Amino acid sequence: MTEFNRRRVLRGMLNGGAVTVGLPLLNTFLNGNGNAMADGTSMPVRFGTWFWGLGMSKSIFVPKQTGANYELPEEIESLRPIQKHMNLLTNLTAYRDGAFFCHYTGWVVFRTGSSPQVNDQAPGESVDVTIANQIGRSTRFKSLTAAATGDIRTVVSYENANTPNSSEVSPLNLYTRLFGADFQNPNAPTFTPSPKVMVRKSALSSVVDEIKDLEKVVGAEDKARLDQYFTGLRHLEQQFDHQLTKPEPRPACVPAAAPKEAQTGNEAQLVRQRHKLMSELLAMAAACDQTRVFNLSWSNASSNTTKPGYDKPHHTCTHEEGVDEKLGYQVNASWFARRSFEAWAEYVQAFANIKEGDGTLLDNCFIMANTDVAYARVHSLEGMPAFTAGKAGGKIKTGLHVDCKDGQGTSLGFTAMKIMGLDTESWGTKSNQTSKTISEILA
Amino acid sequence: MSSHYKCSVSALLRGSALAAVSAFALASCSGPAADSSPAASAKPAVEVASKVSEPETDGSTKRLRLLTQDQYLNTLAYVFGPDVRPDAYFPPAQRTDGLLSLGAAKAGITPTRMEVYQKAAVTVSALIVDPTRRNFVITCKPADEKAADRACASKVITDVGRLISRRPLTAEKRDAFVAQANEAATKLKDFYAGLGVALEAMLVSPNVLFVAERSEPDPATPGQYRLDAYSLATRLSLFLWNAAPDDELLKAAQSGEIHTAKGMAKQVDRMLASARLDQGVRALFDDMYGFDTFNALSKDTSVYPTFTGQALTDAREETLRVVVDHLLRQNGDYRDLFTTRETFISPALAAIYRLPAPPRWTKYEFPEGSQRAGILTHISFLATHSHPARSSATLRGKALRELLLCQPVPPPPANVDFSAVENPKGNLRTARDRVNFHLENPVCAGCHKITDPMGLALENFDGEGRFRETERGAPIDVSGSLDGKAFKDVVGLGQALHDHPALTSCVVKRTYAYATGAPTSNADRPLLAYFNTRFGEQGYKMPDLMRTIALSKSFAQISEKAPAAPGKTASLPSSQTAAATSN
Repeated sequence: MTEFNRRRVLRGMLNGGAVTVGLPLLNTFLNGNGNAMADGTSMPVRFGTWFWGLGMSKSIFVPKQTGANYELPEEIESLRPIQKHMNLLTNLTAYRDGAFFCHYTGWVVFRTGSSPQVNDQAPGESVDVTIANQIGRSTRFKSLTAAATGDIRTVVSYENANTPNSSEVSPLNLYTRLFGADFQNPNAPTFTPSPKVMVRKSALSSVVDEIKDLEKVVGAEDKARLDQYFTGLRHLEQQFDHQLTKPEPRPACVPAAAPKEAQTGNEAQLVRQRHKLMSELLAMAAACDQTRVFNLSWSNASSNTTKPGYDKPHHTCTHEEGVDEKLGYQVNASWFARRSFEAWAEYVQAFANIKEGDGTLLDNCFIMANTDVAYARVHSLEGMPAFTAGKAGGKIKTGLHVDCKDGQGTSLGFTAMKIMGLDTESWGTKSNQTSKTISEILA
Repeated sequence: MSSHYKCSVSALLRGSALAAVSAFALASCSGPAADSSPAASAKPAVEVASKVSEPETDGSTKRLRLLTQDQYLNTLAYVFGPDVRPDAYFPPAQRTDGLLSLGAAKAGITPTRMEVYQKAAVTVSALIVDPTRRNFVITCKPADEKAADRACASKVITDVGRLISRRPLTAEKRDAFVAQANEAATKLKDFYAGLGVALEAMLVSPNVLFVAERSEPDPATPGQYRLDAYSLATRLSLFLWNAAPDDELLKAAQSGEIHTAKGMAKQVDRMLASARLDQGVRALFDDMYGFDTFNALSKDTSVYPTFTGQALTDAREETLRVVVDHLLRQNGDYRDLFTTRETFISPALAAIYRLPAPPRWTKYEFPEGSQRAGILTHISFLATHSHPARSSATLRGKALRELLLCQPVPPPPANVDFSAVENPKGNLRTARDRVNFHLENPVCAGCHKITDPMGLALENFDGEGRFRETERGAPIDVSGSLDGKAFKDVVGLGQALHDHPALTSCVVKRTYAYATGAPTSNADRPLLAYFNTRFGEQGYKMPDLMRTIALSKSFAQISEKAPAAPGKTASLPSSQTAAATSN
């Protein structure tokens, strides 16, 4: 729409019955403690994920102690500032169930509950989608997915078997989507619903009828794809509704200015620059209640992050680098792994930095982080590590190292589902099916 | 973008194809222009007598395809004008049987993707009704700009709807959108704003975003089904132009002409002669050669300082230019793509090829005897199938097998220890020394002998595609063999590939799958063999292959069982029956 038209529309609104609402001071919406809205409803608990590729170096990653106050081994020293905000889980297993794809099976089991039977094809929807279908319906975005890899093919989330959720790979695009022209600042002093949005929403109703024609000509399998389209249409309608509804004030919502377009490239430092911007944007998206479910990936499963002056990207390095006889681990592979854990700390810190009520945004989040293998060199799916962060509104204890003693990797996703209020008895299929939460971290 | 057709050229002058179908545009849309664009491509097909005829098949599969990003954008640019190119990045489909486009027949739409469509629709609609360019598409004037105007809204919606939905809107649908335009115009007190809102909605319609192929009984063959006329037009247009049908093709669908052999041939020949064929052939080869890899490719700039972002873009472009020039402009033999020394050089590529930088894209022929011969020696192939900081004989060999010969290479075993390849002592200087480790180890050798002997022939080119004679001071041995055919260097490899029977059968298989939007199956073997024979009879000319496929019965016919004919299952081939019962 041109400026000319925009002004015209605004002028037209004076006759069109649009309202301008003055909003009261922000804090009057919070209760005395600041941990709940004034009407008694508590702050929403958000769910996030984080992904890194290619596991870890066991001898310098797994702490010698379990429980609280464990000593951080060399490879994860960088986690010290967030140690109290997170849990470290070790010794988890992903079961292959008759099919194995080196860098795919492991993380897909953690995210979908089942071992994929075809390479690069998910067995079903991923845990973030299951949770978003439960808690993401009321926000502007059901979920947000971003990848610091710069590669739009980076996938960590599946709407269903054939439909990956694409990752936003440009921090600037992510910013624009979140805080560009369509963003309604929940703390703005006035609220003016747009008449254009009203008619836009109304126009969508004509489209809905078109699905009926198509349903007549497609087979059963494709009907599911039309249903999905229909869900997407509903999502658009919902976004329009959001734009037409006075938002609840969110004192923590203070979006920064638009970032500059980030440099592309796989070099670790460039990936880190994008990762930092994305971490901050996703945290602010949660603080502004634009979404309650978010995913970020630091690297791909077959990570192609590079180290300056070293001829192998991360994935190749894990396979080809010899184990240093004196140190007992692959030195360069660990260099890459350390960069990953620094990034995890940065991500968690972005949420901890935002005050919400009398605590932080992180206190009202549950974030799970996982990888594709334990030891990348041989693609082992036993002894896999994972992290959680945040107290999930008081439902989770943090600061712990839990030895899961060869327990199922799916218990992490199942725990997340239970915490996020899903009424489900079990999750996963075959050997990965579980009805066990990680009780050590439950408050 | 230029066109072979007078009507399209005039449409372009007015900014859009839509103008061409309106009463205000030049009325005639007749036949190829004699003075056609300089981009004029393949010569008119000359019928070469054939010893073979198309085997009987049930036809191809009916599909619900999602328009790809390029199909969507190409269509918008064609309908609304070349400046209408919203930022719309769709998630890539899952590569299926070697082609991304086949993944589009399975992919669904996520809420995020829906947002992308909606944002694009807002951008496009704003451009259409923008006061400075609205006359390009909106060829009627409302009686009052501040109020609804049913007649004008109806005209625009009818014209736009037909082009973007690839068939005329039903009266009911048209009226629904017109009602929305009127309602919005009344509320916003602006005809154009109201029309814009209706156009936004139309642009996210499932009939635009999905291609739902529809079938009908084939009157010529009782019991057999065929695509309906508009579905056939769309399939043809996506195949040849990677975009929705133009006005003329839709007219041929409307009149039923497309269902006659003569009418269909006329359309196919018209489309093959159009400059828009370039776009279609580029899309096919970009997909088939896996060039989506470029979207995420990067090199270690400390090792390859000349491999800049521009070089990356240009490397992909170089090969596509050669494909278009060789296969369309010169109507060349497909196999010669792997031996030709002709190419195009840009300033960024000149640095890697170590040639004097031309001021802009320039046609260039490597001298006779050069090791640069065929697209295997292009930077595109060499750099995408390498590591960020070194070449890879295995990756290159694997790509050659999988992309060019349609021969899948098994993945490495899960527990393989690659550290031997690392060679910390440094006594193994060349890639050949290192990969020989694979060949000595029986577990590795099984697969590596499929890929390495031809990959090693490309070792004269480093990880960014720059020529080298030595590696770490040791001379590089580039001799090898491809399925029993020995060669001494990469020129020999190109020739061996040129002569390899799987080279042409592979491009036939991919092109047919691409054309019909579905993976081929064993049942298609006789049909593919027929296409391949025709391809050979016609000198392996790509436009001829595309013509043969487009005009085949299988392209238009749909394998769909007639509704509940009694005893139908009894006629299942015995193997299928056996499989069904053993389940």
